[in-house]
Amino acid sequence: MTPWGEIAVAILLLASGIVVLIAALGLWRLQDFFTRMHAPALASTLAAWLVTFASIIHFSTRANEPDLHVWLIIIVLSITAPVTTIVLARAALFRRRRAGDELPPPLERQRY
Amino acid sequence: MSNLLSWSITLTLILFVLAISLGLLRLLRGPTAQDRVLALDFIYVVGMLIMLTLAIRYDSSMYFEGAFLMVLFGFVSSVAMAKFLLRGEVIE
Amino acid sequence: MNRLLPSPLTSAGLLVLWLLLSRSFTPGQILLGILLAVAMPLLMLPLRPAAGPMRHPVVLTRLVFRVGGDVVLSALEVARGVIFSHRRLPRSAFVVIPLELRDEHALAALAMITAVIPGTVWSELAPDRSAVLMHVFDLADEADFIHQFKTRYEFPLKEVFE
Repeated sequence: MTPWGEIAVAILLLASGIVVLIAALGLWRLQDFFTRMHAPALASTLAAWLVTFASIIHFSTRANEPDLHVWLIIIVLSITAPVTTIVLARAALFRRRRAGDELPPPLERQRY
Repeated sequence: MSNLLSWSITLTLILFVLAISLGLLRLLRGPTAQDRVLALDFIYVVGMLIMLTLAIRYDSSMYFEGAFLMVLFGFVSSVAMAKFLLRGEVIE
Repeated sequence: MNRLLPSPLTSAGLLVLWLLLSRSFTPGQILLGILLAVAMPLLMLPLRPAAGPMRHPVVLTRLVFRVGGDVVLSALEVARGVIFSHRRLPRSAFVVIPLELRDEHALAALAMITAVIPGTVWSELAPDRSAVLMHVFDLADEADFIHQFKTRYEFPLKEVFE
């Protein structure tokens, strides 16, 4: 394995660790639920991409052939993560409207 | 495995574990049920990232399968819990 | 298309997925993949609604790369917002965006795009699909955001699906 490949893998991994830590910080520190919802998206997009690129570089330089298998994780993750986010956002809207919080009213038919 | 790479992997794993403990704090503190589901989903994703990092550490592609299963199980469980919060039942 | 392959793109995707998952390109695995690629869409046919039209592959490819770039940029924005949140609270707000898209596949694609980009969450669609309620992490200018959103994502999708 070339040392350049190793340096790239190390940098990508450390960057993803920092991004995940920032996401966790956001999850812990932000005040409102809907504001907090944006923080975990960092982990499932940017951090996951960085780790995947690191592992593609690592296994491709080690085996001397491109290893495309890891791409599947990015693809599956970018299909599943939005579904979780959307369903959770709808659940939160429903529950908080029922609890009487100050939120925008449900969208009506033919408002525009 | 050179010194540089193994140290950076150890440091990355420490950062991931710190992130998971912050997520656990949010999971325990709440305050609402949707906050807990969000925190659990986040912990699943970070667990998946730990699996991928371990795959590099131990040079074994067996960890990919584990990571894949974690993505799928995390997705199914988070959606099921969110659906439960939305309607009070998982399967309509 | 024809009766055996109702959606060729899905079949091709399934075959590639199977070969990548099994990580071997032996004739046996290829045969199994082809079997899966033919059988799955046929079995799923009664479940899903009619396949939508897909035109302009160039526009679609450009949109995919633009979304990839926007994910990185807005992830960095959200990260900055989180780091400095003790000094300046992010201006989180709900925005109602009037929509011109009506096709359900296009709306599904739009929902995926907004949810995968950190900083925006698709929250609620009006019953007649005329508007969407979105939550934005740091909203500087509402009119500008709506304009950006429509030109960057909605119009290309309209070109592809309608």
